[in-house]
Amino acid sequence: MARFTARFFREAFHPRYEFSELIRQCFIIGYKSLSLVGLTAFIMGLVLTMQLRPSMVRYGVEAEIPAMVGISIIREIGPIITALIFAGKIGSSIGAELGSMRVTEQIDAMEVSGTNPFKYLVVTRTVAATLMLPVLVILADAIALYGSYLGVNIYEILSFKLFYTLVIDNLGYYDVIPAIIKTFFFGFAVGIVGCFKGYYSSKGTEGVGRSANSAVVMASVFIFILDLLAVQITELVWNL
Amino acid sequence: MDTREPVIVIEDLCKTFGNNVVLDHFNLTLYRGENLVVLGKSGSGKSVLIKCIIGLLRPDSGRIEVLGENVPDLNYHDLDLLRAKVGFLFQSNALYDSMTVRENLEFPLRRHWLQVEQKEVDMMVMEVLEHVGLAHTVDMMPAELSGGMRKRIALARTLILKPAIMLYDEPTTGLDPITGMEIIELIKQVQQQYQTSALVISHDMVLAETASERIAMLIEGKCYATGPYAELKTSTDPKIQAFFI
Repeated sequence: MARFTARFFREAFHPRYEFSELIRQCFIIGYKSLSLVGLTAFIMGLVLTMQLRPSMVRYGVEAEIPAMVGISIIREIGPIITALIFAGKIGSSIGAELGSMRVTEQIDAMEVSGTNPFKYLVVTRTVAATLMLPVLVILADAIALYGSYLGVNIYEILSFKLFYTLVIDNLGYYDVIPAIIKTFFFGFAVGIVGCFKGYYSSKGTEGVGRSANSAVVMASVFIFILDLLAVQITELVWNL
Repeated sequence: MDTREPVIVIEDLCKTFGNNVVLDHFNLTLYRGENLVVLGKSGSGKSVLIKCIIGLLRPDSGRIEVLGENVPDLNYHDLDLLRAKVGFLFQSNALYDSMTVRENLEFPLRRHWLQVEQKEVDMMVMEVLEHVGLAHTVDMMPAELSGGMRKRIALARTLILKPAIMLYDEPTTGLDPITGMEIIELIKQVQQQYQTSALVISHDMVLAETASERIAMLIEGKCYATGPYAELKTSTDPKIQAFFI
């Protein structure tokens, strides 16, 4: 895996660059994940608000719900849930696609056709995943906050403007910037793991299924490990 | 002395996977304009041989000279240039599932000849599709085609670059006898129309009899015998005879 990642960096910064395939992959990976990510984000915001409310009411701090939901979603829940959904959808699809291309000799055919399959398949998909996940997370955060706004309005009347003012006023750079930066790493992990599992798939259709499955499992574990590291590094850097 | 011009010369080729010796000092020459069939049992190393020739596998030792260049010595760029002159028909066809027939055919053309214009590309695609009798499938997906049609499209994809040498990996495997015969006819047509030299890997005796000028027998990792079909058929060697039973 380490050697595969090192090869990614070697190939990514040397021509020939596969821009048209990169754009196609950004469309597939980013745009086509939008509906799933949007729906789960909306439910996440709504449910989080409804679950939080009884405890907040008990302590008489229900006015803090927008602030609390905002911080939770922006700092942690938005990035991690979106990344896990992304790993499930994109990690498995990359693993299965490349795995099936490997077992049906399509990767060899690509090489014979004057194409570096590593650049064409691995670099483009990994870069697309790295670039698209942060975009999806930003959108998911916005949709989740809207879900939360509707959740608040189930029980009381709160204007949209006031809700967002309460959210934004309680957010600082410390909450937003590290949360966005870590999603690039999450996206990279999903892309590179999916490609690695698919690229070295073997043993026919059974191997393809296993590649897709292990791509999701491994990417999900990496996401949690990276999240843990990101929290530690953020603490360290911000306290300097 | 043989005056024919060799296009592929394999000398002392060795390839092992762990303790499994697949090719053991294998020697073979393919001459210009010749159709040579390499016969061997399943698992005898035929596909390994063909993949070493095209540079998909690196041999442990030995020389593989293709059109005068030693494949194991070539860098990635030079290997690409050489591959543009060598067509490779994969056993599984290896058509790109996510692309239409047109895109499959355009792919090697665009990759090898970067400056080619779309009008010219369209013309070449239709020309090669008409040659394999499948012009009507141009906008279809590989999944919509039958096994024989897929084989023809895969052949068209290799022919689009007008290669000097064709490598066929088990071209009739998995096809019914009638479709198999159609593919054999197509192989013969390709040789006549494109003046190619062809190395065909197979265990199909019908193919060996009808499409080859010469046969090479791959037994225990070595080129055990070479010669025309009729000559080998009359051999009294039991290892050779085993193929004709």
